Amino acid sequence: MSVNALYDYKFEPKDKVENFNGMQLLYVCWPDHLMFCAPFALLVQPDMTFRALIEEILKPATAAHPDSSKADFLNAEWLLNDEPFTPDADASLIDNGIDHKSMLTVTTPDLKGMAGVGY
Amino acid sequence: MAVQNKKLNLKDKYQYLTRDMGWEPTYQKKEDIFPHEDFEGIKITDWSQWEDPFRLTMDSYWKYQAEKEKKLYAIFDAFAQNNGHQNISDARYVNALKLFLGGVSPLEHGAYQGYAKAGRQFSGTGARVACQMQSIDELRHSQTQQHAMSHYNKHFNGLHDAAHMHDRVWFLSVPKSFFDDARTAGPFEFLTAISFSFEYVLTNLLFVPFMSGAAYNGDMATVTFGFSAQSDEARHMTLGLEVIKFILEQHEDNVPIVQRWIDKWFWRGFRLLSLVSMMMDYMLPNKVMSWSEAWEVYYEQNGGALFKDLERYGIRPPKYQDVANDAKHHLSHQLWTTFYQYSHATNFHTWVPEKEEMDWMSEKYPDTFDKYYRPRYEYLAKEAAAGRRFYNNTLPQLCQVCQVPNLFTEMGAPTKLSHRQLVHEGERYHFCSEACCDIFKHEPEKYVQAWLPVHQIYQGNCEGEDVETVVQKYYHINIGEDNFEYLGSPDHKRWMSIKGEKPADENQDAA
Repeated sequence: MSVNALYDYKFEPKDKVENFNGMQLLYVCWPDHLMFCAPFALLVQPDMTFRALIEEILKPATAAHPDSSKADFLNAEWLLNDEPFTPDADASLIDNGIDHKSMLTVTTPDLKGMAGVGY
Repeated sequence: MAVQNKKLNLKDKYQYLTRDMGWEPTYQKKEDIFPHEDFEGIKITDWSQWEDPFRLTMDSYWKYQAEKEKKLYAIFDAFAQNNGHQNISDARYVNALKLFLGGVSPLEHGAYQGYAKAGRQFSGTGARVACQMQSIDELRHSQTQQHAMSHYNKHFNGLHDAAHMHDRVWFLSVPKSFFDDARTAGPFEFLTAISFSFEYVLTNLLFVPFMSGAAYNGDMATVTFGFSAQSDEARHMTLGLEVIKFILEQHEDNVPIVQRWIDKWFWRGFRLLSLVSMMMDYMLPNKVMSWSEAWEVYYEQNGGALFKDLERYGIRPPKYQDVANDAKHHLSHQLWTTFYQYSHATNFHTWVPEKEEMDWMSEKYPDTFDKYYRPRYEYLAKEAAAGRRFYNNTLPQLCQVCQVPNLFTEMGAPTKLSHRQLVHEGERYHFCSEACCDIFKHEPEKYVQAWLPVHQIYQGNCEGEDVETVVQKYYHINIGEDNFEYLGSPDHKRWMSIKGEKPADENQDAA
């Protein structure tokens, strides 16, 4: 479908990767940890390694949760844009196929949040 | 010419002052004069079939409104002179006003512009006059709301720059984008969106709780505004129903177009009202009714009867209303815990509900509160008591359409976040729900240009890279005054000093 308009209605997407000054957007969802109300929206360097993403960005982002220090994110179950995904820890995000506005979902099987309801 | 009775009867007067204001053009083409009337595909065969529900002429309109204004401003004056703010239930209540002033009053102003624009575009005079009056009503509502609440600005924080914040602050992009979407549509979609879906189907969920909430919490200024707006709102609701019936009766080709608009605008309105759900359950110290009860009465029962009535036109209830009905058990709690963790970036305060309030919620939400939400508050209270009041130091993923953080859960699975994504012309987009994703798919060109606050911060368009700078410089939220936890805030301290109490933890001079 297309918008119904009086003229040729066409605009550039506002969030193209070139608007992010060499960086890209990455979303990360940690299911069963609803203390964080929504998936994280992160600004990352496309050439940073997956390991650096975990150590420098994901761990600080999740630090407030008691499960965070126990989580082995590198060896957890990953989805990339809803498809099963095995990260290469020492390859860059882009080489891992993680492009601008991709969404990672990381499930930590033994860690299911608080109160038995994924908080 | 025979001399006629000098005093016109109401019917004649109405005829002269409305319908006779329209004429058939002779030297310009009609479609050049009303260029927006056809492009949406709505077919009007006979504008004279338009029934004006209120046969109100401009001269009587001014007279009624002037009377109401006079009474309203007399009460505002009395409220200010008697320090009415000291008689409210609790200063936490003022946070509901902060949300209203930044989130709703600017929409009234948007409605004023929207009706002025839509009214200009109809060749039918009945519709033009109705839009004109509603436009002036909406301007009046925007102004009187600001005047009603301006007294609080002298005594509490966070109310100082609502119009500026409406254009910039992350959560206010939810109401702003809602209205921008409606105003940039054609005139028939605008009326379906605002007059029908919002004013007729959903507005009771905003105004009844808000005005009763003001009454229950001793805010006489806002209650009086509510009464003053009530007769206008009744007119707007009647217009909403008239609009939809008129369009549907004009041509059967209009039915599928209107149905899609109803689906879209029901959902967009429902997402917008999630802010109201938390206001009702959490921000009113004296509670009126729960969000779930309000949804049952005003949507499930009243809306149910309405859509039964519209069945004969071939209209069915909005798609995804089952998702909205299921969400009534969760919505306010999910919203409040979100605002609680992002309180450093809001112009109002948040808090953990008090014990009696949580017991009230257990009673109102027997199947969900104790199981899913009470444990959250117990944990948050424990953390706060240990000096670790929780703030989320990351930014959330936002929905491309409704712009709410993707915080909602799947229907029937309240621990699983609801999320959809798609790729459109090589770009990825993320959504809070199937419904918002549907809206995008119908008009992708509109939503690819969405100004998403989180992405704008990351692009460097908000005067700073860190949240603190954005909040202070770009949003005009005064750090340490307007934002953070309620307990121990300047508002809290001021309220204690008004009540002659000392803060538990320190000796604070009266503000």
